[in-house]
Amino acid sequence: MSYLDNILFAILLVIGFGYFFNNIQKIYRNIHLGIDVDRKDNPSARWKNMAKIALGQSKMVRRPVAGILHIIVYLGFVIINIELLEIIIDGLFGTHRIFAFLGTTYNVLIASFEILAVLVILAVVIFWIRRNGIRLKRFWNPEMKGYPKKDANYILYFEVVLMSLFLLMNASDLHLQNVPNGFSHFIKAGWFPVSQFIEPLFNGMPNQTVLILTETFWWLHITGILVFMNYLYFSKHLHILLAFPNTYFADLNPLGQLDNLEAVTKEVKMMMDPNVDPFAAAPAPADVPSKFGASDVQDLNWVQLLNAYTCTECGRCTSSCPANQTGKKLSPRKIMMDTRDRLEEVGKNIDANKGIFVPDNKTLLNDYITAEELWACTSCNACVEECPVNISPLSIIMDMRRYLVMEQSAAPQPLNAMMTNIENNGAPWQYNQQDRLNWKNEN
Amino acid sequence: MSENLIVPTMAEMLAQGKQPEVLFWVGCAGSFDDRAKKITKAFVRILNRANVSFAVLGTEESCTGDPAKRAGNEFLFQMQAMMNIEVLNAYEAKKIVTACPHCFNTLKNEYPELGGHYEVVHHTAFLKSLLDAGRLTIEGGQFKGKRITFHDPCYLGRANKIYEAPRDLIQKLEVELVEMKRSKANGLCCGAGGAQMFKDAEPGNKEVNVLRTEDALEVQPDIIAAGCPFCNTMMTDGVKNKEKEASVKVMDIAELIANAQDL
Ligand code: SF4
Ligand code: SF4
Repeated sequence: MSYLDNILFAILLVIGFGYFFNNIQKIYRNIHLGIDVDRKDNPSARWKNMAKIALGQSKMVRRPVAGILHIIVYLGFVIINIELLEIIIDGLFGTHRIFAFLGTTYNVLIASFEILAVLVILAVVIFWIRRNGIRLKRFWNPEMKGYPKKDANYILYFEVVLMSLFLLMNASDLHLQNVPNGFSHFIKAGWFPVSQFIEPLFNGMPNQTVLILTETFWWLHITGILVFMNYLYFSKHLHILLAFPNTYFADLNPLGQLDNLEAVTKEVKMMMDPNVDPFAAAPAPADVPSKFGASDVQDLNWVQLLNAYTCTECGRCTSSCPANQTGKKLSPRKIMMDTRDRLEEVGKNIDANKGIFVPDNKTLLNDYITAEELWACTSCNACVEECPVNISPLSIIMDMRRYLVMEQSAAPQPLNAMMTNIENNGAPWQYNQQDRLNWKNEN
Repeated sequence: MSENLIVPTMAEMLAQGKQPEVLFWVGCAGSFDDRAKKITKAFVRILNRANVSFAVLGTEESCTGDPAKRAGNEFLFQMQAMMNIEVLNAYEAKKIVTACPHCFNTLKNEYPELGGHYEVVHHTAFLKSLLDAGRLTIEGGQFKGKRITFHDPCYLGRANKIYEAPRDLIQKLEVELVEMKRSKANGLCCGAGGAQMFKDAEPGNKEVNVLRTEDALEVQPDIIAAGCPFCNTMMTDGVKNKEKEASVKVMDIAELIANAQDL
């Protein structure tokens, strides 16, 4: 290759990675619009979670078909990207298969990449059929209309194209390696269990044409990878990166344990302390949060926002949700998608207004998520249990209920009655606390 | 059956200078709901039979605050929690047993941060420990050979990973334990949690308890076993809805064990 090629390639890399890191920064900024929550405790349990769930895909195989296919695509993706290192070095320095000196190791590596590439193509075809052909219910929920559905398919097409380019690149390369007496810098390197069958395609073509084709496949392949990487930001496929931090920072407490709002604890303690002078000055404003519960993304904590960016829209949560299964409007997946959409909207608002958020008369509550959805939740934790990347839609639902009840007194009437009963009688029903032991003497 | 339940209160125990082995937290349903009261009594009969020294708070007990918290009323929850913790700490309670998974979860997981540190056990785990220690024997009696399926309460199972204790107890009854298509971590909610018990369901095309009852009826059980007073109510209603109440009973594990021995 000429120097021009190498320079062009360097520019392509800078643009590709530059845009990518720019977007990563944006995600980081947006996630930190959320309030702080401490997830630094118990690092060993956290690393273990990440190793098991993100790296080891342990929760994926709860649904074996999707699980195994996913592992193939995941392995294929990770392993074939080792090849990326060679591509980058070759591209920058005009070398050819720089790692060929590894000998047999290299050959085995290339061979396994090829086999994986075929498996990935196969898996992707099955995925496509599951999504579009046999119409699994969870891929056809209302929140999956429009972009989310296209997004999922785009990624599948992307994978097929990238894998095909990889194989075509190898096949044409192999063809040039086999030119009698050698051709240019195409040394013999690599085993090609799959692309050797594609190679005959190039028989009869002039070597120069095959060379141009090889370079074209090579450029398309690397450009494709860079485009794919930058597409992640706009897609549910961000999970291939965020699944790792997301499983690391996930809640380690038992699923049934909801957090106790600290600000409330302070106030309740004061109310119950007989030594506190009721006429004393109100607590310093710094101690009182601006609101209880959450009505918008800034009221959620950063882990909940990280959850929203990590959601893969797989819908396992929704398909196991008792409310959703019985036709209620609640869909935990939609809760996560709405949170991400709103967070993106808030982020764009900040970008457009030189770093500050200008109120837009919209909130996550009402404009995205309705009270009806929130009140349908039984807090059963099926969604949390099912999520392959440890997302908790329930925690967002609970924080929004808290806002409805503590800030707006907007609970459904029967719940208000229940709460009044607890307040007055110490039981959710209208019985007298003095009758608590009556059962002992009843027959 | 002549009712001669021995149910001391913590106050009575204290007056005699005694501390019971375990405090039995009865819960609102167990205290007031007609169906759940039967579970409470069955459990007490077993405790009496096994000579377990226990006491209840009686009129000093109050709602744990679980439904308030899950409805979103953190204030009311924490007020309830602090009042209960004051009472429990005054009696220096160490170990608490309860037949309600909601009370169990709240006392066990949410009270410690607010100053309430106790060893909290669900009645199925407690009965299992009595069995293991040889303080209780379980036999099949009238249930011998019956088909029983167990519905995992969300707040016992998924929320706190207790799946085996109730099953171990059921198996001791010399019955055939059959599993529904979704059980344990995959179990389906009965529809009562998260304060749903106290309000109408949002519009949909079915009630959750009916769907869950269909799961249970699919395995053609004689008895649907439950470990939660709310699940019990929901499944009982579900069975009625399907007009199966003549052939399928819904019973708490404590009732199964007590009835097997004609307690
Ligand atoms: S916790 Fe709520 S949202 Fe999640 S599965 Fe249960 S009912 Fe659905
Ligand atoms: S929250 Fe989890 S289970 Fe639900 S759609 Fe997102 S990734 Fe899937």
